[in-house]
Amino acid sequence: MAVKTFAGVEIEVNDEGYFLKHENWNKEMAQEIAEEFDINLTDEHIKILSFLRSDFESKGSLPTMRRMKKVGGIPTKDLYRLFPDGPLKKACKIAGLTKPASCI
Amino acid sequence: MILGAGTAGTMMANHLARKIDHKNWNITIIDEHKTHYYQPGFLFIPFGTYSEKDVIKKKADFIPKKVEYISEKIEKIEPQANTIKLENGNSIEYNILIVATGCKIVPDEIDGLTDVSIWHKDAFDFYTFEGAMALQKKFENFKGGKLVIHIAEMPIKCPVAPLEFAFLADSFFTKKGIRNDIELIYATPLSGAFTKQNCSTVLGHLLSEKNIKLIPDFNIESVDSNSKKMISFDGKEIDFDCLATIPTNMGDELIENSDMGDELNFIPTDKHTLQSKDHDNIFVIGDATDLPSSKAGSVAHFQAEILTHNVMNFIKNKPLKPDFDGHANCFIESGFGKAFLIDFNYDVEPVEGKFPFPIIGPMSLLKESRLNHFGKMAFKHIYWNVLLRGLPMPGIPTQMKTWGKKL
Repeated sequence: MAVKTFAGVEIEVNDEGYFLKHENWNKEMAQEIAEEFDINLTDEHIKILSFLRSDFESKGSLPTMRRMKKVGGIPTKDLYRLFPDGPLKKACKIAGLTKPASCI
Repeated sequence: MILGAGTAGTMMANHLARKIDHKNWNITIIDEHKTHYYQPGFLFIPFGTYSEKDVIKKKADFIPKKVEYISEKIEKIEPQANTIKLENGNSIEYNILIVATGCKIVPDEIDGLTDVSIWHKDAFDFYTFEGAMALQKKFENFKGGKLVIHIAEMPIKCPVAPLEFAFLADSFFTKKGIRNDIELIYATPLSGAFTKQNCSTVLGHLLSEKNIKLIPDFNIESVDSNSKKMISFDGKEIDFDCLATIPTNMGDELIENSDMGDELNFIPTDKHTLQSKDHDNIFVIGDATDLPSSKAGSVAHFQAEILTHNVMNFIKNKPLKPDFDGHANCFIESGFGKAFLIDFNYDVEPVEGKFPFPIIGPMSLLKESRLNHFGKMAFKHIYWNVLLRGLPMPGIPTQMKTWGKKL
């Protein structure tokens, strides 16, 4: 466990920098986390982060890319365009969520 | 009422036929297909080790006499009305429903894969009898080139099977004397060789020892059938001379028709009691669930013992037992007459040790041995004669034991 400061607030994160408590997140923090990946957040990014968070809050687990396409209407190609190289891992980190585990 | 007479459904029919009070209860099982395939055997067909006779029997031979067996296509479940609708127009009511409709590959999910010019000619699955047989023919005359083993997306039935396939292909072509003419590639959407970290490290090493190239994080979008290439969502390409792919696995379409599944037609299920999350009198077993346990026969076997208990409790209005721990027990063929054995559950990763007994074993966990390979080959007999009949496996407990494991 470690502590990092985002938007002036100290946040508990795990060894890889993922939030321990997703409730601590807000949109200002998202831009700061995104800079780690050289991503400048646009409305398209925010839409994806919002879907990730709302789906996680209602289901208790992270959505797969297939679910994001089918339920969230987010084409997989867009995910790769907006969050290149490992879109789910990056998007979840920026959204203040846990790291996606590969399912069995 | 049991839907599906595959591994899980057949085991439940056998268990319940022995336990239930036949004066007050009728057991019915519905499945449109007449053939029971020994699915673990499909892995051995492409390499000529198994043939048709090893993997095919009649479903009816494994259904107990006290169980009514209906061989019709199911159209949908109507959970509010406690009714099953058949395609022939008939409706059947149930008091308790057990859904065991499994999962299957859906190659059409990938654009271009099933083009007639390549499907079962240069691009194959080995998760169906037809696919495995077609691949056997291809391998008989395969002289060399790029053989790509590929997983489209997780979860898949028997997550170790593609690795086993890669190891067996290495062994098969080495014995044929043409291994040097074949480039073996293992492409996966995962970040490593396998889903479980410990196992991924051990098996990842084995891939490189056997000169099988691992391409991780490959998320397929389409296949170009003209140039024989797989193309990923982020524009990466892998070309092949022969492709052995595990296409997307999905639950049965009847689950979608019934509006009971998630985006892959898997049914939301309590991970410890196996009760459906949405309907108290519906239980789900085997590959049809959305559980984070492996989709495998050993898992269905452990689930069946627990579910039998819970169905009996449900009948008697007693609380359900949250006993399913995600236990899985899998042999992993590693080629040249050897195999690994792994034993794990929701919480405990595969580790080294002895199985089923500490020190004396005789099986070794997460280590290659000849005995493990004999275990794997003996499993066919156990499957047909012990497992499907719902009989206990001597020495193998339903819940995972930590004894003998190096934790």
